[in-house]
Amino acid sequence: MSDHKTMTLTLIVWRQKNASDPGKFETYTAKNITEHHSFLEMLDCVNEDLIHAGKEPIVFDHDCREGICGMCSQVINGAPHGGQDRTTVCQLHMRKFKDGDTIYIEPWRARAFPIIKDLIVDRAALDTIIQAGGYTSCHTGGVPDGNAILIPKPIAEEATDAAECIGCGACVAGCPNGAAMLFTGAKVSQLALLPQGRAEAVARVKNMTNAMIECGFGNCSNHYECMAACPKGVNVKFIARMNREFIKAQFA
Amino acid sequence: MILDGKCPTGPIEKSWDKHRFDLKLVNPANKRKYNIIMVGTGLAGGAAAASLGELGYNVKAFCYQDSPRRAHSIAAQGGINAAKNYPSDGDSILRLMYDTIKGGDFRAREADVWRLSQVSNNIIDQCVAQGVPFARDYAGYLDNRSFGGAQVSRTFYSRGLTGQQLLLGAYSALSRQIKAGSVKMYTRREMLDLVVVDGVARGITVRNLVTGEIESHAADAVCLASGGYVNVFYLSTNAKGCSVTANWSAAKKGAFFANPCYTQIHPTCIPQAGEYQSKLTLMSESLRNDGRIWVPKKKEDCGKHPGEVAEADRDYYLERKYPSFGNLAPRDISSRSAKEACDDGRGVGPGGRGVYLDFEESIKRLSEDTIRERYGNLFEMYEKITDENGYKRPMRIYPAPHYAMGGLWVDYNLMSNIPGLFVLGEANFSVHGANRLGASALMQGLSDGYFVIPYTIGGYLVTVKPGSVKNDHPEFKKSVEDVKTRTNKFLNINGKKTVTEFHRELGKVMWNNVGMARSKESLTEALKVIPQIREDFWKNVKVGGSGTDLNQQLENAGRVADFLEFGELLTRDALHREESCGGHFRTEHQLPDGEAKRNDADFSYVGAWEFKGNDKEPELHKEPLKFETIHLAVRSYK
Ligand SMILES: Cc1cc2nc3c(=O)[nH]c(=O)nc-3n(C[C@H](O)[C@H](O)[C@H](O)COP(=O)(O)OP(=O)(O)OC[C@H]3O[C@@H](n4cnc5c(N)ncnc54)[C@H](O)[C@@H]3O)c2cc1C
Ligand code: SF4
Ligand code: FES
Repeated sequence: MSDHKTMTLTLIVWRQKNASDPGKFETYTAKNITEHHSFLEMLDCVNEDLIHAGKEPIVFDHDCREGICGMCSQVINGAPHGGQDRTTVCQLHMRKFKDGDTIYIEPWRARAFPIIKDLIVDRAALDTIIQAGGYTSCHTGGVPDGNAILIPKPIAEEATDAAECIGCGACVAGCPNGAAMLFTGAKVSQLALLPQGRAEAVARVKNMTNAMIECGFGNCSNHYECMAACPKGVNVKFIARMNREFIKAQFA
Repeated sequence: MILDGKCPTGPIEKSWDKHRFDLKLVNPANKRKYNIIMVGTGLAGGAAAASLGELGYNVKAFCYQDSPRRAHSIAAQGGINAAKNYPSDGDSILRLMYDTIKGGDFRAREADVWRLSQVSNNIIDQCVAQGVPFARDYAGYLDNRSFGGAQVSRTFYSRGLTGQQLLLGAYSALSRQIKAGSVKMYTRREMLDLVVVDGVARGITVRNLVTGEIESHAADAVCLASGGYVNVFYLSTNAKGCSVTANWSAAKKGAFFANPCYTQIHPTCIPQAGEYQSKLTLMSESLRNDGRIWVPKKKEDCGKHPGEVAEADRDYYLERKYPSFGNLAPRDISSRSAKEACDDGRGVGPGGRGVYLDFEESIKRLSEDTIRERYGNLFEMYEKITDENGYKRPMRIYPAPHYAMGGLWVDYNLMSNIPGLFVLGEANFSVHGANRLGASALMQGLSDGYFVIPYTIGGYLVTVKPGSVKNDHPEFKKSVEDVKTRTNKFLNINGKKTVTEFHRELGKVMWNNVGMARSKESLTEALKVIPQIREDFWKNVKVGGSGTDLNQQLENAGRVADFLEFGELLTRDALHREESCGGHFRTEHQLPDGEAKRNDADFSYVGAWEFKGNDKEPELHKEPLKFETIHLAVRSYK
């Protein structure tokens, strides 16, 4: 444990007052950072300094700080979530950086995610996609016993792989077209794989796809940048499954 | 005042069914005339809003995050209990009730716990129907695992992601109602005040966290499902935004706060690495199945590489003190033992605040692959944070604040002492007594949300005329003015210390004096120091920016200001409760072997506090607890 070794870093951070402000990069210095600081704790330190100096701290979304709520959302040196395998921004640690490094920090950039302030964007469009059909229409109560629906382990596991999506939107931010195919494909696939979801599969894939287009998300041209950006390792095979479901739906 | 929980009488087995039958129903055509406010859309609030919307009520739901899918329920790893008895290992509703009452050290209400156990089975069915991918076996049946405090296998799970999957299930049901127009969702809103008109809850005042606008919302009933308050300790396993603010705003309007001193400190968390640390991360308790906990016997060995400490020089203190439960001793006991070892100067890692969780022996016995299969994601998580390989070197763990058993007082209908104000999930005090067993908070949140409030709220609504108070009532105007005044006050102090500095300072006092072991001395000191910090806060805090903009400093200032008041109440409750029970351990009250010594003769009651302002003593109201089905006994895990 080398707590005595500290780093000094140069941060080049996107600052934008509100949606209509053009925004610009500002440069800050992060001092006394140890390798044990998480990336967000490093930003906390910079913010404490800014507050003491009477300046406006950098605002960014975060909540759980353990990689599960999907709130944190920053592009670091060009990579959503910083580009470390299966890691969200809040799980990133400063030991991945060196003393003297310069770090670029930007918000998610996508047509469907307007910037609210600094690094915070509006991701309500992802909720809109789920509202269009990302559910089974069961009522509270009046459902069969849990074991009345048998789901063999491999299918349950594959549905869980898709269900691991945390709704962060990194796939959209990473996609050159700003598409939400991985996010939507994951939900469509989870429910299409499970018997409980089959009854509404046709309407679901149509409605969610339409919502995706209406919200201003782009098209998929098979770059697979989404999968590279995804902190939960959601697989592009779920996009293929959604496409199959979509084609099937045209004939249903 | 003696409080009445309004529990049904008669045989416990029939209590909930009978109560449901006795409740008056709201005519289906009238339901849409009623407006209901839901503050919080985690498991409890999300499930409730979706179910109430589906029944036909008009629901307005609020959360502080940008989407209801991000509530901190998402972070639960382990699982959810139910009395399905699928493995046929002797489980039943009564056994789940028994385990919960005993686990809570006999400080919960029997009727509520019976109901929870009864509806636990419906929850699993509901979640399956929503498409929650629970773990299954190869034949397709639901799989179970075992959890602490139970001798049966009744925990349903989805990898280490149970909370996420359950919340996404509730979120999907909620999304369906939002689409249908029965629920209107207000995200990035923070409730800052409860509006009470002529003694009845009629609405809330919220701040729009994007624009800074202060908004009023009126309704025929207000439900709080705003989660727990252990961020009063600053560092905890909760999310950064978790606060007591919604609950505290209600307490300031007269809602009683029950058992605030019942807080759970979880034994297996990753230790703090430095002063700058912003939160603590839980490592699932399941690791204790195969990991052995130890510290060096000699202080001199604490700085050494663990591999260099000879076997004979290691103190496997849980195995030594609790030979029959060993490393699987309950949460409160394991946490206290770790603290004792570190207080004795034998802790490891930075600051000497850590103990080893060692897998060497199980790796030898079972192979590294087996351990990886069982806990791989936890080892990965540990390595991400600490940069240490848990297979090669024992993990370091330390206890951390995790869960609030206390909360606003509610009766059997989940209604607080303020008519029209209901409280759900972790925010209320109801079923866990003085200690919560693993996998039972998720169960409670969903029970309250899907299966209790949809019935009990109707019994209240039939007694009120819909829409009788609107948000142009003077009380709403006053509430908006109060919130604005407080906002301006924060912005105008312009002192020298940041909000976080104050929060850390409070957290240190709470942790050191009101944490795992409490004494009259430590509590009395805290009662002296907390008001001093509060006073300093109101003179010396520095909150920049403006009130009419997205301003995270301002949001945090409000939360910390509330913790600075609430922390004092929590401490006072701990001081008044002259006994040890569950998570509340008073060093003066222990058995000769160091175990918690309950005092049933004097303290077998719910302590519900009425806040009367910072300059006055709060008033204690008691609800006596009766044990008719499960008999009072000493809790032993030796
Ligand atoms: C790391 C971790 C692991 C856990 N693991 C388990 C487990 O394995 N099994 C188990 O049973 N339990 C577990 N628990 C406990 C369990 O997860 C929680 O007790 C439960 O999920 C709480 O649900 P809730 O709906 O009451 O609150 P939350 O999910 O916390 O939701 C609170 C809601 O209130 C909103 N809110 C709060 N304040 C305001 C305000 N002022 N204005 C507007 N909105 C507000 C939030 O936005 C959110 O929507 C765990 C807890 C933690 C922290
Ligand atoms: S698919 Fe991955 S990147 Fe996209 S929202 Fe889900 S978790 Fe985030
Ligand atoms: S803050 Fe929750 S995932 Fe990063």
